[in-house]
Amino acid sequence: MDIYLPIAEMSVNALLIILMGGAVGFLSGMFGVGGGFLTTPLLIFYGIPPAVAVASSATQITGSSVSGALAYWERGQVDLRMGGVLVAGGLVGAGLGQIVFSVLQDLGQIDVVISLIYVLFLSVIGGLMLRDALAALKAARAGQAPPARRSRHLPWVAALPWKMRFPGSGLYISPLAPLLLGAAVGILTVIMGIGGGFIMVPAMVYILGMRAQAVVGTSLFQIIFVTAATTMLHATASKSVDIVLALLLLLGGVTGAQLGVRAAQKLSPDRLRLGLAIVVLAVAGVLLIGLTLTPAEPFALFEGA
Amino acid sequence: MARIALALGLWLALAGAAPIRLITQLSQARIEINTTFRGSEMLVFGAIQYPQGSVPDAPPDIAVVVRGPSAPVTVRQKARIAGIWVNATGVRFESVPGFYAVAATRPITQIADERTTAIYEIGIRNLQLSPASGADDGISRTFETGLIAARQKAGLFTERSDGVQITRGVLYAARIALPAAVPVGDYTAEIHLVRKGRVLASTSAPFVIDKSGFERWVYVMAQENSLAYGLAAVMAALAAGALAALVTRRRW
Repeated sequence: MDIYLPIAEMSVNALLIILMGGAVGFLSGMFGVGGGFLTTPLLIFYGIPPAVAVASSATQITGSSVSGALAYWERGQVDLRMGGVLVAGGLVGAGLGQIVFSVLQDLGQIDVVISLIYVLFLSVIGGLMLRDALAALKAARAGQAPPARRSRHLPWVAALPWKMRFPGSGLYISPLAPLLLGAAVGILTVIMGIGGGFIMVPAMVYILGMRAQAVVGTSLFQIIFVTAATTMLHATASKSVDIVLALLLLLGGVTGAQLGVRAAQKLSPDRLRLGLAIVVLAVAGVLLIGLTLTPAEPFALFEGA
Repeated sequence: MARIALALGLWLALAGAAPIRLITQLSQARIEINTTFRGSEMLVFGAIQYPQGSVPDAPPDIAVVVRGPSAPVTVRQKARIAGIWVNATGVRFESVPGFYAVAATRPITQIADERTTAIYEIGIRNLQLSPASGADDGISRTFETGLIAARQKAGLFTERSDGVQITRGVLYAARIALPAAVPVGDYTAEIHLVRKGRVLASTSAPFVIDKSGFERWVYVMAQENSLAYGLAAVMAALAAGALAALVTRRRW
């Protein structure tokens, strides 16, 4: 079934896009991540212009984060105060990211930079996850208790001024740290079309030292607002949000996520983390090959002024 | 008597000099891009009107040129920097048609010489893409080749040497394929009649390719009411997510 996308200005196979959304949704339901880091590269592989892929992927993440956030909200696992600070930082970051995005678009380097940032982040995060998962599996096999996770924040975070209490997160820290974290992830949301959960969650645990129960819910809460702001920025500045594409991805994504959640309940968390690490590293590998292999087309065209 | 002779002479002279004319019709004046658009086809057809209706034994050559809206395009050559392929040096071309198709009765090089085909821009190699001044001639040639190859691969630049059929020396018809990636805008179909290497008659017909219905509505909204469009996109995403949450909760 072919559908013409009004903003991407191309005809795509709707079934394939829905299946793509479904596959990413399955992984995101299974591993508890947004999956934007898979959606954007997949759309670009398919031939969707990078700007449209990034913008529409952000719109899709808004929708796919809602059901998860609602579930955590009902269990009281969203720290509103921490979430508010992260959102404030995220909005600033999204604004900055939009400026960077426009400059890169003018320079004709946006596709290269998107791929490069992806390779960089996915290899680092994937590597860290792989190390953790392997260590945990090894410990489990040796019959020991898994190594206790450090729940103290980093020294420089403790040194920041104007400390504030975050009861939901079990923290007494300066709001500057989450503000900066939110801003950094906000920049990446705009440039990469990701929710940033796979960066935000480890950062909340390892840098801020948040209580584990509040981490995922608060991250999802922040993702909804920052991806919504990103959609608005892309819609008004680069006019590259394809609502039809986003809805097709959502249609597959929400269905896939449910199947993923069910599949996850049959597997151990350490195996899940190992699986996610392998998926993340595989995406990074494919992107790296794409960047270094001699391209079939030696020229790239950029339309318009 | 003298008057009659003069009138007769004048008529003969006029009739002898009467040019060959082309009559042209397009299958559609407007092509609409809707949700199910997968490309289209334009039939360019018509008749050759010979002076005094005398059809020659050997029919002339016909070249049909369909061209879409022109826009500037920057072509960048990929280069390896520290092992990674980046978009390096670029050349800007000021007027590149978004679509260009030639159909002819024979290969273009056999129809007329290079000078003639260049004047009428018949043939992809004869397009005047106006590279930005300052660029070296040889370099801009290389980039032009790259630009043309990319457009040809996308099906947006085509050349068919057997694309025009002439029936009984009078009727001509050409089918021009328009791929799904055609840009929207104002198009023209130019028809040239060539005989012994000279263009004897030319005519042109305009047509429009535009988005219609839902596609057009979404596109216009995104362009003109981008704030409302963005809000609608966010709301649609939120609604879809909330709906999914509602459905799954009932299942559990």
